[in-house]
Amino acid sequence: MAALPSITPRRVVVTGLGVITPIGNTKEAFWSSLVAGRGGMGKITRFDSSDYASHIAAEVKDFNPEDYGDKREMRRMDLFCQFGYAAAQQAIEDAGIQFDAIDSDRVGVIIGSGIGGMYIFEDQVRVIDQKGPRRITPFFIPMMISDIIAGHISIRYNLRGPNYATTSACATSGHSVGCAMREIRYGFADMMIAGGSEAPVCQTGLGGFCSMKAVSTRNDEPERACRPFDAERDGFVMGEGAGILVLEEYEHARRRGAHIYGEIAGVGFTADAFHITAPPDDGHGAVRAMRLAVQDAGLSLTDIDYINAHGTSTPLNDAAETKAIRTLFGEHADKLLVSSTKSMHGHLLGAAGAVEAAAVLLSFDRDIVPPTINYERPDPECDLDYVPNEARNAKIYHALSNTFGFGGHNACLAIKRVE
Amino acid sequence: MNYEERVREIIVDQLGVDAAKVTPEAAFIEDLGADSLDTVELIMAFEEEFNIEIPDEEAEKLTTVGKSIEYLKQKLAQKGQ
Repeated sequence: MAALPSITPRRVVVTGLGVITPIGNTKEAFWSSLVAGRGGMGKITRFDSSDYASHIAAEVKDFNPEDYGDKREMRRMDLFCQFGYAAAQQAIEDAGIQFDAIDSDRVGVIIGSGIGGMYIFEDQVRVIDQKGPRRITPFFIPMMISDIIAGHISIRYNLRGPNYATTSACATSGHSVGCAMREIRYGFADMMIAGGSEAPVCQTGLGGFCSMKAVSTRNDEPERACRPFDAERDGFVMGEGAGILVLEEYEHARRRGAHIYGEIAGVGFTADAFHITAPPDDGHGAVRAMRLAVQDAGLSLTDIDYINAHGTSTPLNDAAETKAIRTLFGEHADKLLVSSTKSMHGHLLGAAGAVEAAAVLLSFDRDIVPPTINYERPDPECDLDYVPNEARNAKIYHALSNTFGFGGHNACLAIKRVE
Repeated sequence: MNYEERVREIIVDQLGVDAAKVTPEAAFIEDLGADSLDTVELIMAFEEEFNIEIPDEEAEKLTTVGKSIEYLKQKLAQKGQ
């Protein structure tokens, strides 16, 4: 039997990264795009979007599910599940884990999705209409439910520790990584596979976000559509993909000589308690989430040198997030680097937090901070150093990664360099 | 294509197995690696392909390739095909 949970908090580090994104399907391809300031937006190819207000998305390119499992296995997965399954395999490989040398009861998985299997849901509603309810595939439910990636990964690698998904819209994988950190910190597991996945570029996904007036309609210039903090931003650009991290107890990682990208040192979870989709003007939920994450990491506000912003490119988010950063950090806000990598990979919704945490961890590794691209016209309400348009050489020691979700969910991760 | 070949083709496609393994004696679960959900989907594929309905109590008995071919043969004969 495993040891009882520890009451002495333990350090938690990241030893593996895996990503499937619109700007690269490996960590190296993803990082090259971030450093080059190369975006992944374009006209939607997945279906005919001409009847929709927006025709833009950041789609994953050249993804072959059969690189990650046999045809029959992959056919039982919705696209969001295939993305997560693939990214998790990459992360596990990157971490160099020898599963026969570790206690699988002490390894868990928390992989969430903001929505889940939208394609299979759309498809099966059509089946009901056209052929009747008796023709619904028995795989509908296991393909659609948002927790299923965690299940698949536990089965593939025989991981028998804590296993669940988080769901908090665009904060989903901020929560999953934060929860995974706590599972290890407080002794319930020694290693956790954590992150999120999303595949919302389908008719109902686009239609729903269009009706909310949440997505950019800069249809003639898709590559310039996502412009966080710029005065002419007009909405987010839907992305898709997955980000998965391998979290590990510090001594456990050291003992096996694993490469350590950085430490998940603190988490801050709060609610706006304000509106189902809009942030409060003063961003108080974000202020408290960032403050809690800094405190939880045992840091001072002045220790923070980089924030990977939620920075969606919606008029409301970017102004409220800027205000929140100013409110919390005061004068120190002017010394912070703040960038939104969504300007390049789009908004991966439930995968955003983990993909962006991966960007921060790679930034520690390479001493480069990725930029906010498409930043052209300053907005008086957004007056921080957003690392405009070009990556910057900088050695970051302490960073925050913000995620805010519809429903008023806020999750902030404090990430530390490990020397 | 006769119906036997069509049945075999459906099985190959649904279960993702080698056509050579789809012999009359082959059991869906033991020999072809199906699980309970696969077998439900397989029966649905038969129903759809041949435009018939297979009641649950009859579906439960269709555990091998041969049994399925035999059952469908009778069912289609009743239907006058």
